[in-house]
Amino acid sequence: MHYTNRKSLALAASLAALLTVAGCHKKNPAPAPPPAPAPTAPTPTASITATPDTINAGETSVLTWKTSDATDVSIEGLGSVASSGTQSVQPTQTTSYHLIAHGDGGSADATATVTVNAAPPPAPAPSETNIDEAAFEAAVKPVFYDYDSYDIRPDAQSTIQADANFLNQHPNLKVVVGGYCDERGSTEYNLALGENRANAAKQALVTAGVAPDRLRTVSYGKEKQFCTEHNEACWQQNRRAQFTLDQ
Amino acid sequence: MPKKLDTFHIFLLSALVAFASSLHAQDWVHTGTNLGNPKIVIAAADFKAATADPQTAPMKSVFDQTLYNDLRYAGIFDVVSKSMIPNATPGSPQEINVANWSAAPSNASYVAFGNLAVNGGRVTVQGYLFDTHNTQNPQVLGKQYADQATVDATREIAHRFADEIIQQLGGTPGIAETKIYYVSQRGGSKEIWVMDYDGFNPHQLTHLHTVSLSPRVSPDNSRVAFSSLGRNGWSIRMYSLVLNRMVAFPEWGDTTLSPAWSSDGTKLAYSSARTGDPDIYVCDASGGGAHRITAFRGPDVSPTWNPKTNAQIAWVSGRTNLPQVYIMDSDGANVMRMTDGGYASAPSWSPNGQFLAFAWNRSYGPGAPGGEDIYIMDIASKRWTQLTHDSGANDAPSWSPDNRHLVFQREMGGRSEIWMMLADGSDQQQLTHDGENSQPNWSWK
Repeated sequence: MHYTNRKSLALAASLAALLTVAGCHKKNPAPAPPPAPAPTAPTPTASITATPDTINAGETSVLTWKTSDATDVSIEGLGSVASSGTQSVQPTQTTSYHLIAHGDGGSADATATVTVNAAPPPAPAPSETNIDEAAFEAAVKPVFYDYDSYDIRPDAQSTIQADANFLNQHPNLKVVVGGYCDERGSTEYNLALGENRANAAKQALVTAGVAPDRLRTVSYGKEKQFCTEHNEACWQQNRRAQFTLDQ
Repeated sequence: MPKKLDTFHIFLLSALVAFASSLHAQDWVHTGTNLGNPKIVIAAADFKAATADPQTAPMKSVFDQTLYNDLRYAGIFDVVSKSMIPNATPGSPQEINVANWSAAPSNASYVAFGNLAVNGGRVTVQGYLFDTHNTQNPQVLGKQYADQATVDATREIAHRFADEIIQQLGGTPGIAETKIYYVSQRGGSKEIWVMDYDGFNPHQLTHLHTVSLSPRVSPDNSRVAFSSLGRNGWSIRMYSLVLNRMVAFPEWGDTTLSPAWSSDGTKLAYSSARTGDPDIYVCDASGGGAHRITAFRGPDVSPTWNPKTNAQIAWVSGRTNLPQVYIMDSDGANVMRMTDGGYASAPSWSPNGQFLAFAWNRSYGPGAPGGEDIYIMDIASKRWTQLTHDSGANDAPSWSPDNRHLVFQREMGGRSEIWMMLADGSDQQQLTHDGENSQPNWSWK
């Protein structure tokens, strides 16, 4: 799903780039080939993605863009930007972010659209008391780790972002970040590793805007297991940071 | 193809090196642990029942079995099999003919014998140790004990008599009166328990109804430090063996794990995640003066002091990914890596300062299900030898005070139990059989 999205975005971007180049040609039909100023100036490229590409009103999406061979890069509505970078946006309605890259060899553009779902029923503040553990865990998903590692994997970034969005939307919720390990290896070492995992997840949420004093870490090492079979599928389930309500 | 050959040769070479090191291992292990001396041939006679009280027979049976096992487990004796000793129960020096015991098939150099009486709820034991080759003056020991006629007290008397014999013939105190602190789940939650060194007499100490781990008894046997999961995560807790209840210890509010006593009882080393990243800290015995002594990225846990000097600490660090055993000065200087790869954890420093025992999986990794085994390493030379082989996942070794034994946890068939062995890997004995038991810690005396 994820990859399909990316592919079609890239396709759209290159299609747009092609159209732009064609348009340029139409505008200058008359003059004979002048002495080419930069004979082999490469055509710029541009791509942009939004993660996640669908949010609820009030949530944040992160734009990530990349260009090459461009001297002037801008995103409509945001103004001039670096040739590549990331920026978080908080649109209140569905918005298309149009990236334009101009260079000596022409220009390219790409678009990423953030779809904003209709705002949830109003009066959000009192409704927080209605969030029970099950609803919380359905919204705030765990983060999984590689074997003997506590690095947040690239595939966990979108989970962290979605989790942070939910927590930013419910600023009164306090959270326990539990660090878990699979059954292999030393009891004591796994408790320390679980602490590193919980803390890595906490730091990632803090980076995504969640106040650190709302997050409390607890390591469970290999003392509590989500899955009890002795195989990699199960071990992967157990190598996680799990978020629960701190009540 | 040539690459394959290379790998194969490297494999052959390392297999050869490992084989060679295991051949040599026995010498340095036996020298360092005092297991290298020729074993003394000793016989333990069944004690003579000196009264007709109905309690006499059951107490005598407990005593005979306990004494026999203590001598057998000591590691310095070749205990003559009961089927090869003279069919006699000498109750006193007047009743023994030592020539019968020194002769074949017994061939004993020493014989332990005596009598046991129960009178009005009291048990009295007279125990003797005779040198069978000294016909003029054979008595080496003559001891008398009295206590209440209970199984536990009778067993304790046998342990005390055994330790007298071991001290007399081995030159160092025995371990028959020592205890093993451990984690047991037989009551549902993981609590701290204690048992005699031979696995008998288990008692539950804590009733915290959470997860309690890593018990470490203080050198004076007055307190047990351990780590327990509370509302605010893991903290060091203290159980008083004098008051038989929990006593206060500071709760720092960060993940605090794996306490370890210095051998003078004045300091604790432990792992704390005060900064968000677990590091080794040291505080005094009351929890004051806490200060950090490592600052490495990643897990740092499981400290153990050099009990000979208290000037060094060994611990486990994940600073280069998979955990390795390191040593450093107790102020954090002179860090030295001890293990060269794999997954190494749970070090215990031998009482004589010479060895580290630890759990090691030398071929750890995804798709390489190597064994987690107990190893010991000579610290000065970094020579190591493997003590357990092809028997489950072994973890958490702990040295006995006599430097000759290790207790450890072995997980087999999904269940973890506590085992004991001699420090050369021989004589492995399972000590627990009920429920899940783990993380043994041998008392200092």
